Amino acid sequence: MNNSILVKLNNAGFRHRDKWLVEGVSLEVHKGKIVTLIGPNGSGKSTTAKIVLGIYKNIKGTVEKYTNKIGYVPQKIAIDWTLPLRVNDFMVLTDDINDDAINEALNLTGVMHLKFKNLGNLSGGEFQRVLLARAISKKPELLVLDEPVQGVDYTGEIALYELIKKISDTLNCGILLISHDLHTVMTATDHVVCLNGHVCCSGSPTDVARNNEYKSLFGEQASQILSIYEHKHDHVHSNDGEIKKN
Amino acid sequence: MLDDFFIRALIAGIGIALVTGPLGCFVVWRRLSYFGDTLAHSALLGVTMAYSLEFNIAVSIFFISSIIALILIQLQKKTNLPSDALLGLLAHSSLAVGLVVIGFLSFIRFDIMGLLFGDILAVNKQNLLTIWIGGALILLVLKLIWKPLFASTVNYELAEAEGLNPDRAKAIFTILLAAIIAISIKLVGVLLITGMLIIPTAMSRNLSDNPKKMVLFSIIGGIMSVLIGLFSSLEFNTPSGPSIIAAALLLFILSLLKIKQSIQLKN
Repeated sequence: MNNSILVKLNNAGFRHRDKWLVEGVSLEVHKGKIVTLIGPNGSGKSTTAKIVLGIYKNIKGTVEKYTNKIGYVPQKIAIDWTLPLRVNDFMVLTDDINDDAINEALNLTGVMHLKFKNLGNLSGGEFQRVLLARAISKKPELLVLDEPVQGVDYTGEIALYELIKKISDTLNCGILLISHDLHTVMTATDHVVCLNGHVCCSGSPTDVARNNEYKSLFGEQASQILSIYEHKHDHVHSNDGEIKKN
Repeated sequence: MLDDFFIRALIAGIGIALVTGPLGCFVVWRRLSYFGDTLAHSALLGVTMAYSLEFNIAVSIFFISSIIALILIQLQKKTNLPSDALLGLLAHSSLAVGLVVIGFLSFIRFDIMGLLFGDILAVNKQNLLTIWIGGALILLVLKLIWKPLFASTVNYELAEAEGLNPDRAKAIFTILLAAIIAISIKLVGVLLITGMLIIPTAMSRNLSDNPKKMVLFSIIGGIMSVLIGLFSSLEFNTPSGPSIIAAALLLFILSLLKIKQSIQLKN
């Protein structure tokens, strides 16, 4: 099992000025597995991803990385008007992949027809598909996807999640996924980490859905996606983000 | 052939335009035009240092501009003043200090107008050598850091996440900017160098749909500005540096017509 590990966080945290954006996160991503981070806005999901990627450097705890073939889909990219950039140019941004690989990736995410369009003229959904195509085109060992389907219509969303699952199978790469979509979390994920400034609960999707912390974060309805199982809180979150023990 | 001052001016100008084209693109993309201005203003201090210590002008400009860039980075970390205020502070104080020092060096005759606005017609063979060898080195280094620099210009975090070391590329790019200012001071002078970096690039943006084209058109625009500017300066007896920049402005205005066209086509 150990030689399949791609990245491991040990008790990792990141502080910006006086505030901990996230702390005490431990997780592992293995080859061919999908790990999903869920949690409310500001709970440290993107921060955790950036710790994994090495974008944040002065962190508490440690990151052990066993690969440097990484594909990243950031949550937001703003391309300045002064920089004319076509999809075709964007695909080779960090790696000189050949034209066949570009076409293959664009076909997989269904945006081959946009190859010579300017990035600034794409719709939100089209842009997300291009971002995903770029990340997978270099055949990474670790994919980090921060809300990869935002702005994509419902049917497209399902198709893209199926694609992500397929990518993890065919490329045998590990995926760290940040998602709001609880349905997907439940179906496509091997391991779920529920964050709210720290790890609230983690485990298989079914375990997490039964967890009370999870329910208090996402509401009863969300947890009814799977079964209902009661257990005791050990702490609550106040509005200013403080954690109180019960 | 090189004995003719006008031929030397043309060769110098073309050499500079070949380098300011690609560097100018990054200056515009990364929003560094005022930063370039600050480095250029500090170049005057470099010139005075060169005269008083009888040192190579290009080398001492490069030295002073790099130091100013380092000071800026430190100030950005240590104070709460916004970047534009810091840039203004450094730009004008280094220009002022440079002019004050010139006042003290009364035993040397300075051509202040030449320093501020360029004196391309006084380019000698050694200047040509500095421009072409220095320019070739700048382009070579830029080619080597192109990938990480470009990727981090599009998105810093993407470049960092996928292992491209954008911080190192940024530092090297700053040094390249100081270097182009050092070798091109004779062409357009302290006050107009940033124009040479930015105006052909701005023109080029109006004509391009991808980054490589933009770099190419920016080089062509720079060379055309140099040719038009120098020939008209010979014809109408106008100062060479301002003539080159005015020619660049003219090309930029013409490129706006193309934009207007494509907007009309879209509607």
